[in-house]
Amino acid sequence: MENIAWSAFDVLLITATLSLAWASLTTEHLRRAVIFFMAFGLLLSLIWLRLQAPDVALAEAAIGAGLTGALLLAAVADHQKPINQKSVRQFSLTDVVANTFLNLLFVAFAIVFGTAYTFALNDVNDSRLTDIVFQHLPDTGVSNPVTGVLLDFRAYDTMLELAVLLAAALGVMAIGKPRRDFVKPGDMERGLSQWLIPTLIILSLYLLWAGASDPGGAFQAAALLAAAGVVMRLTGYVNGGLPQGIWLRILLVSGIGGFLLVSLIMMFAGRIYFDYPESWAGSLILLIESMATISIAATLVVAYLCGQPDYWFGGKQKENRDAD
Amino acid sequence: MNTFLSIALIVLVVSFILGLIRVFLGPSTEDRMMAIQLIGTTAVAMLILGSALLNMPSSIDVALVLAVLAAVAALALSRQQQTRTSQDD
Amino acid sequence: MINLIAVCLILIGLLFFIAGSIGLLRLPDIHSRLHALTKADNLGLGFLALGLILLSDDIFIAAKLLLAWLLVTASSATSAQLIAQRARRREKDAWKI
Repeated sequence: MENIAWSAFDVLLITATLSLAWASLTTEHLRRAVIFFMAFGLLLSLIWLRLQAPDVALAEAAIGAGLTGALLLAAVADHQKPINQKSVRQFSLTDVVANTFLNLLFVAFAIVFGTAYTFALNDVNDSRLTDIVFQHLPDTGVSNPVTGVLLDFRAYDTMLELAVLLAAALGVMAIGKPRRDFVKPGDMERGLSQWLIPTLIILSLYLLWAGASDPGGAFQAAALLAAAGVVMRLTGYVNGGLPQGIWLRILLVSGIGGFLLVSLIMMFAGRIYFDYPESWAGSLILLIESMATISIAATLVVAYLCGQPDYWFGGKQKENRDAD
Repeated sequence: MNTFLSIALIVLVVSFILGLIRVFLGPSTEDRMMAIQLIGTTAVAMLILGSALLNMPSSIDVALVLAVLAAVAALALSRQQQTRTSQDD
Repeated sequence: MINLIAVCLILIGLLFFIAGSIGLLRLPDIHSRLHALTKADNLGLGFLALGLILLSDDIFIAAKLLLAWLLVTASSATSAQLIAQRARRREKDAWKI
């Protein structure tokens, strides 16, 4: 009976994911596409759980619905069709050929996806690098293998990922334009923000702390913190919780700064970059993770604000704040 | 007990599919928002059932995150930005 | 005995879930569908979580299940309000042309 239940669950996951993906790509209405994409993110998180990857499931749950959804909605809002314009479509042969080709491509992809999913479900005990990781895991000071790999064995990769995030944040701040105003937030939104934002912050801190031994970690915690920033922006706090000027820059660089600090300390202590001393490994990892969390969260909120928070120009855009 | 929980999981899968139909059909954005709320809650239910079936307590963490983010998604969808000429869907 | 109570609670929860989903599909209007949704959300998940709390053997897991139910209740209540407000706003705007 359990197998039937899990097979039903699997069938639901595959068909629903594929149909949501197809619908979100082929629909004409952009906001509808974003809503399909949010549901798709939810299903993707369930798929990750089914493939026994709870860390990725946590990250996908936090980012898919909350962050990416909100970001895409804000982007779509600038592209609404005017109310009087009808969309006139005249089908041509090119349209038909392109449609058929794309649909066939999608069917091919669906087959590949279904096959890969089935293999992944039945192939769980294949070891590859898993044995080596578990053999050396006690040296890292943490017991969650994902955290151990990300922040000890492959710490260099994670540091460079944070550098990429910083570059992305700089790009967004350089070319982003300020957002339009939202509909004026009412009492409902203020009430929501009063319990939602602390809950998100506490959940984020919990995931950061639990990342050492249970699924969690810096990125998941950062995604929840960024969701808190998005909620702040949506409920009337125009800066999304970000500070002004120099403090924003400090927040953005603290992720890669933490990595560099620890690696330089290790270098001066006579070791190679990320060769943590064993008794200090757990604490160093927690330190790096905390700094990475606030940095990633700040980057994501900057990306959502699509540019500078209000005070960047020394209060130049204050009149927007009054309209909220 | 495991058999009963498995049957419960199948019932929740059916409920999820019904909610998905509303996501695809629902003529207005509010219908889709409601359907997203329903499938979010059904996913939370499936996750906590799954954690009892598989003895995987990390599923409940994912359920917590999903629960909170359903509120964030509803907030993002309802705070539409002010465009004078906006046409729904 | 506890198993029996848990099974009953979970069955009631599933009933509310199915009722809510069918209501979301079959009822004619946004506001009536909202009624169906909130029953499924609060009561369905509540009874299900209560049944699973009785079945769980670890106090921390039970506490997390309770927290999940509380969070879902709070977020679905506010979501329902936000959806209804948005629907009202749109209905008012439709008259404004």
